[in-house]
Amino acid sequence: MAEKRILMAHINEPNQCEIDTYERNGGYQAIKKAIPAISPADLTEMVKQSGLRGRGGAGFVTGMKWGFIPKNIAERYLVCNADESEPGTFKDRLLIEKDPHQLIEGVTLAAYAIGANYAFIYCRGEFYEGIARLKHAVQQAKQRGYLGKLEIIVHPGAGAYIAGEETAQLNSLEGYRATPRLKPPFPAVAGLYGKPTIINNVETLCNVVHIVNHGVEWYQKIGIPKNTGTKIFQVSGQVQRPGCYEFALGTPLREVLETAGWMLPGRSFKACYPGGSSCALLTARDLDISMDFETLAARKSALGTASIIVMDDSADMVKVATRLMEFYQNESCGKCTPCREGTRWIVQVLSRIEAGRGTYEDLRMIQQVCNQMAANSFCPLAVGAAPPVVSAILEFKGEFEAYIRKNPHPDREPEMKISYPYVAV
Amino acid sequence: MLTEETKQAILKLQKMYPQKRSALIPALHLAQSEKGYLPKEIQKDVANLFDIDPNEVNSIVTFYDMFFEEPTGKHVIHVCKNVSCMLRGADGLLSRLCSRLKVAPGETTADKEFTIIASECLAACDKAPMMLVDEKVVGPVNENDLDKILEDAKKEAPHYG
Repeated sequence: MAEKRILMAHINEPNQCEIDTYERNGGYQAIKKAIPAISPADLTEMVKQSGLRGRGGAGFVTGMKWGFIPKNIAERYLVCNADESEPGTFKDRLLIEKDPHQLIEGVTLAAYAIGANYAFIYCRGEFYEGIARLKHAVQQAKQRGYLGKLEIIVHPGAGAYIAGEETAQLNSLEGYRATPRLKPPFPAVAGLYGKPTIINNVETLCNVVHIVNHGVEWYQKIGIPKNTGTKIFQVSGQVQRPGCYEFALGTPLREVLETAGWMLPGRSFKACYPGGSSCALLTARDLDISMDFETLAARKSALGTASIIVMDDSADMVKVATRLMEFYQNESCGKCTPCREGTRWIVQVLSRIEAGRGTYEDLRMIQQVCNQMAANSFCPLAVGAAPPVVSAILEFKGEFEAYIRKNPHPDREPEMKISYPYVAV
Repeated sequence: MLTEETKQAILKLQKMYPQKRSALIPALHLAQSEKGYLPKEIQKDVANLFDIDPNEVNSIVTFYDMFFEEPTGKHVIHVCKNVSCMLRGADGLLSRLCSRLKVAPGETTADKEFTIIASECLAACDKAPMMLVDEKVVGPVNENDLDKILEDAKKEAPHYG
């Protein structure tokens, strides 16, 4: 299978971010075709029938989500989640910076389908260029009358991974700290300002444009059953050509990595995180795995954001695990004690192992704390923090033990003092 | 003190949203662009414009990484240290940059020119190891190019004012 560029079809064209070029390349045809000729209910049904699943990581059927909006409440909102912060993920930046009108068109279609008069694009604050491009694109689309009575507000975040979690994003959008809310009620019932709200990822909304343009049957034929359409795979880490590659869902991992140029000269594949950092890693045994939601879930990993972080034989898995847990520690919002303290505790233990003072007991303890933290926290942050580290320990135990053997007393019960940052004593 | 211009811009922002408090984070970005950080009196001015307690504003300022409570250098350099960049040499890059500028991560140079921040993933892993120099993504960074990157940054306007 070769790359199949649908969302990325015009990504390399200069001036694609200008409305004239976008229109010349077939842009805004979906709005002309659907609004008002296709009713909101029919559009929702079309998206449902297409099988499109959320591209932000969870993989929920988009049309079904739209259908959860209660019919009796008129005030509704659409939020486009563009707070791309998962380690290894850089597809939304590409879509926003290189083809912003595609997203504006998708947002407009989705807002029409759910009956929203306001749509917010919650864009990562550090995306300076993206925010400027989006604002420019909204202005142009408005001038040409594509938005109708819809108001699209490009809203900058301010640096918080947790604001990518949908309920935390709503709190942030309301002007508060980005801490998650209890579900249910789900945002589709009570979201922004307590009103029905649909939150969709950038890539998800871009897909809607092409479903409208080419039809449901066309879309269903791309990919594999239950995993229709293409996915932008982002390959980073130790490969020859890191970047975004668009393939049909269900493409083998090996093929994606080959397209990214495979490993650096003289190196061999060791492991990768297939869906951003918040999932269990895959090893050389998994190179022929089908990159789709179900197969990766069955392998106890996840497709997530399809952000493939590749490690070759030179990578130090203890350092990788420590660095990732430091990330979750830094980004834990602090609401739940198990996550706030658990992530910090594991960083301390991993740092101790790396400093040559770890014990064999530490490896068991890390897994125990990970389980506790994942089971007793409020939102998916802690759930995502556990597998990258636990899977690294399970698959590459020898590397952790090699560090532990540097300790002259690796069997002695560890003495821990809480300190931040970790100080080897 | 917030300038009258910024105040008016914030009031305009508030009108864009169905509820004005939603404009708080964009408003703080605007307020920060005056001096490059958010001293207590500016936080208080913002709080007044939103009819909320200054502590509420402070809870936002302290939560989000992009807001500073202390003065920064004229240019802020975020060096990504997350895994994709680490695997491509981010640690060496960060330590070379810090020793070149004689600062530790999180600090500002003595000449107030640069603030260096070791950052989490900035969503440009295809450019690893990468940095965000003020508003510009730079990468993949070769350690030998650091001098030029710093010289180029100095020629640009500060990230505030």
